[in-house]
Amino acid sequence: MEAIIQPTAAIWKVLETVCDPEVPVLTIVDLGIVRDVQTSEKGAVITITPTYSGCPAMDVIRIQIKMALAEAGIKEVEIKQILSPAWTTDWMSEEGKKKLHAYGIAPPQYKVKDDANIEDTHPPCPQCNSVDTRLVSEFGSTACKALFQCNDCLEPFDYFKCH
Amino acid sequence: MSQTMIQYEGKIAQIVQEDPMLQFLLYAGDNALITGHRCSEWCGHGPILEQDIAISNIALDYIGAARNFYQLAATRIQAKDPSLEVTEDTLAYLRDAWDFKNLLIAELPNGDWAQTTIRVYFISSFQWLFYQQLTQSSDADVAAIAEKTLKEVKYHLRWSREWVIRLGDGTEESAKRLRQALTFLWPFTGEAFKEASYETATSSATTIQLAKLHELWKQELQEVFAEAGLEVPTQQAFQSGGKTGKHTEYLGYILAEMQFLQRAYPGASW
Ligand SMILES: [Zn+2]
Repeated sequence: MEAIIQPTAAIWKVLETVCDPEVPVLTIVDLGIVRDVQTSEKGAVITITPTYSGCPAMDVIRIQIKMALAEAGIKEVEIKQILSPAWTTDWMSEEGKKKLHAYGIAPPQYKVKDDANIEDTHPPCPQCNSVDTRLVSEFGSTACKALFQCNDCLEPFDYFKCH
Repeated sequence: MSQTMIQYEGKIAQIVQEDPMLQFLLYAGDNALITGHRCSEWCGHGPILEQDIAISNIALDYIGAARNFYQLAATRIQAKDPSLEVTEDTLAYLRDAWDFKNLLIAELPNGDWAQTTIRVYFISSFQWLFYQQLTQSSDADVAAIAEKTLKEVKYHLRWSREWVIRLGDGTEESAKRLRQALTFLWPFTGEAFKEASYETATSSATTIQLAKLHELWKQELQEVFAEAGLEVPTQQAFQSGGKTGKHTEYLGYILAEMQFLQRAYPGASW
């Protein structure tokens, strides 16, 4: 059988179905984890970068990429990891930010270069949209999040911090 | 994961022995792993939930940084002798205490919350400067790890700095505890700035200048201690040995716990 070279666009489409296990409304493409896709007669080489060094989701994501591509008929998949340039929330898609808010997690409010102090950040409450919110802890349920509370509706919520 | 894990002693140890950059990678990785292990001991025991989560997240960052250094070292060892099977796990789980190069301050017990947070402060304030210099390294893989880690160390430094100030400037009891922790840890704060042979040998590649780091670090301490109402001790910080494999008894206990599974059931995996 003749080998078919998959166009990279088709592979990106498949990768858009792979979700972050810790934030399941976001795909790995929304998050900006996928840095490059190359194809060959054999299969594909996917280059990814971790969000945080210790992010336990990265090992799962690697397996999920291979499974999703295998289902699409691409068996030979090499996954490369790069660390530089270091991942930043600046790469998160606008679509991803909307999905986060709807899911109950406040998306990053600034670009990293703004160097905004997290204590002066008041992400809109995902429940009632009030901006009267306050930082409870810079560390939340996962490395990428901080814990906030809404002063209006009193709901605590996660904030995906600028990184 | 291989079925039978290779021993670290012998060929692998010899390759490391002959290559100062590999020793430097292990030094950086070991500092991260042992500090991360100590921080992880607080998981489920933090004084309040938010701080339990904070220090557990910090532990994860450290262990992630350790993995990056070990993976790079393992790849390079294997490149020198493709017949060897060496992974990050070989380096974390199969080396003995005398092979570890972490600073002594990283392996000391957590003690109370004051001792834990001021230890993280000492380590992260050093690392903040260390990784900044290391991002300039001519070794692109090393510079990439430094760039990645630096973004995370920024949080550790801010968090621990706030605790030092809060405890020092808090109640009589908290200030007393912090001063006790300072007295206990101070002798161990000088080792980071004493150059090991592998640091000298790699300094043109890493661009690390320890004398410069030391000056910057003393300035950092002056500012934060002033705010915390602490005096910077004038005694010599004389304790050292970790960088060259001469450790306190505490490291042996850490390794006994951390390495037990891989030693008892070589190659065991989930
Ligand atoms: Zn609200």
